[in-house]
Amino acid sequence: MNQRNQFNLRIMNRLWLRFSSVCMLVGLLSCSDYEQTVTTMNQLVMQDEFDTNGAPNSAIWGYDIGTGTNGWGNNELQFYTDRKENVTVQNGYLIITARKESYQGSPYTSARLLTKGKFEQAYGRFEARIRLPWGQGMWPAFWMLGADIDTNPWPAAGEIDIMEFRGQEPSTVLGTVHGPGYSAGESISKSYTLKNDRFDTGFHVFGIEWTPKYVNFYVDNVLYNQITPADVPGEWVFNKSFFILINLAVGGSFVGSPNNETVFPQTMLVDYVRVYK
Amino acid sequence: MGIKNVPAHQCWEIKASKMKNIKVISIRIVVLVFISLILSNCERNLSGDVEFARFSTNPEVFIDGFSSGLQYFPFQGSKLDAFKVDTEVRYSGSSSMRFDVPNFGDPGGAFAGAIFPDNGGRDLTDYDALTFWAKASQSATINEIGFGSDFGENKFIVTLNNMRISTAWTKYTIPIPDPSRLVVEKGLFWYAEGPENENGYSFWIDELKFEKLGTVAQPRPAINFGQDETMDTFIGTTITIPGLTQTFNLASGQNVTVSAAPSYFTFKSSNVDVARVNENGTITIVGSGTAKITAILAGVRAKGSLTINSVGTFVPAPIPTRNPANVISVFSDAYTNIPVDFYNGFFAPFQTTLGGAVNIGGENVIRYTQLNFVATEFKNPTVNLSQMTHFHVDIQIQEPINPGDFISIELGDFGPNNVFGGGDDSSGRVTFTNTALSSNTWISLDIPLAQFGLASRNNMAQIFFISDATISTLLVDNMYFYK
Repeated sequence: MNQRNQFNLRIMNRLWLRFSSVCMLVGLLSCSDYEQTVTTMNQLVMQDEFDTNGAPNSAIWGYDIGTGTNGWGNNELQFYTDRKENVTVQNGYLIITARKESYQGSPYTSARLLTKGKFEQAYGRFEARIRLPWGQGMWPAFWMLGADIDTNPWPAAGEIDIMEFRGQEPSTVLGTVHGPGYSAGESISKSYTLKNDRFDTGFHVFGIEWTPKYVNFYVDNVLYNQITPADVPGEWVFNKSFFILINLAVGGSFVGSPNNETVFPQTMLVDYVRVYK
Repeated sequence: MGIKNVPAHQCWEIKASKMKNIKVISIRIVVLVFISLILSNCERNLSGDVEFARFSTNPEVFIDGFSSGLQYFPFQGSKLDAFKVDTEVRYSGSSSMRFDVPNFGDPGGAFAGAIFPDNGGRDLTDYDALTFWAKASQSATINEIGFGSDFGENKFIVTLNNMRISTAWTKYTIPIPDPSRLVVEKGLFWYAEGPENENGYSFWIDELKFEKLGTVAQPRPAINFGQDETMDTFIGTTITIPGLTQTFNLASGQNVTVSAAPSYFTFKSSNVDVARVNENGTITIVGSGTAKITAILAGVRAKGSLTINSVGTFVPAPIPTRNPANVISVFSDAYTNIPVDFYNGFFAPFQTTLGGAVNIGGENVIRYTQLNFVATEFKNPTVNLSQMTHFHVDIQIQEPINPGDFISIELGDFGPNNVFGGGDDSSGRVTFTNTALSSNTWISLDIPLAQFGLASRNNMAQIFFISDATISTLLVDNMYFYK
């Protein structure tokens, strides 16, 4: 899958892919000896390594609490809290825990952290190292929303999903942008599937590099997609400040509900969040 | 697995334990043992070059024919020619394995079933699953399919039960519960399947091989079907822990559960003076008290446990020999019992008695603790004892008997109105004091019904045991009326 992803990119001729001459001779599809520039921005501007036990650093992170409207617009089933049962920092990790418990009329609880009003930035490299949960109905995400969303409602404000994951597809993540004319089912999206591995058994780095001309999506050392203004059938709204969100949703239209085989509690472990320019 | 993999600390433990023995054994012998242990176990440890030869790591079982060393042995009673190599129908390559499940009543055999071993043994530690493509001539459910059966110990047998199969080629994955155990595995594949609704059919398997998928994850082993259960038993009993499974989540997002042989598990008893458990999952009761049996599989704690309450030495009550035609039985394994509502009514607020009917090592017994009084009731329907002459019961008092201790047995009759109350009930009791009782042995009581002094015995409904807390722990068996 990696290779096919890269092949598509090559065909689209949008990336700076530097292949060794051996690879060029052997042919692209059978090539494993490639070099590819995954990231270029290396000046750190914000980081949370989650090294202090307890509640997450309030200078960086706030919370969405409750169920939003229609389950945060997605028919999600959980009630978000900022209780330590749902969000805590322990042993170097941010731990978001989805629990099956009746709480404030919802059948599940979990947490959604966001940097709105605390850290907002246009452009840069945004990445996090995460171990994902598993099982039908688990929907973790590492994503961004336009900072003007209160006055410029979604989808006009723009959304960049650096990583979304369905618990029932343990080897696949998606990177997506939403904007005016290309949101929800019409969003611009691409998946990335690990070969002989999965995202719930170890940590993986999920990131984007975002410039005025493109958003590049990568997992670990693999650049698997690039989205440019030419790829979106509407206004390119990724030219202003965005804030970061990390959450673990339960159920909702994107994943479907948990079933009787879904194991609870489920945890999303975040080793770090780093932003470069 | 090379010798270099032996953890260094094991050597230190050997040294330490031998050092302790120096005090009691000839120093010279101990020193020799000590040195030889170092030479045989630890010194070679330092060399990174020493490796045992591995058995064949060939992952292939049947791709387009038998892999090297593979053999075919049908089960006794199975249709011997159920298996063929099929060159017409195959998923890929030049041939597949075809299995013809017989119709009900086929004189050739009642089912299809066989093992496919490589008696040279294979090292399967590099793989995490047995995989294959399969399809059938009709939708069906294959009873048992797996690996690890070698017509020997079947030490690491794995079974996927009730595998659904359709008419479309589909890839199946049977995960290995703990690949590190399969250093020399002979049983590469086995299956057993009977007719579907008495009808035979055919299924095909192709590309049968062990694989390292890398996506077999989230192990959730279980013992005792994942249940926490408490069992009463006694010294000398052996119990085999049932319900041993391993569950994985696969790349498809599906969970798959296989039955796993006990040797994949490491069992633990919380009290080896009460119960011990061997690598076959067999528990032996060696003392009185409580022990909890748990297990781990490849470092993961198995869900479920078995808590053993051993009553210590237990001898079942004497088996009744009276003719069933002359007996109305309330509680006995020897007779058909009348319908009983309960063996403990838990009458609030004055009753302290706990317990009731239990199964101790296969024997149904009533065991009461914290006895003050307790009733067995059988009012649906009440029992007419007009033809009976005696009440029999075997009791055992599991504690020392002190002056002042007593057991009263009381019978309760509901009278002509056949319900409790109404002014026509009658009851009466017979009391046995400490001098008539002994501890930790069965006491067989045969009491003439006349001694209870009842106004009526045509609507009998209750049997009470009363000690007023003088006797706390009481076993009861073989409660019946006879003539």
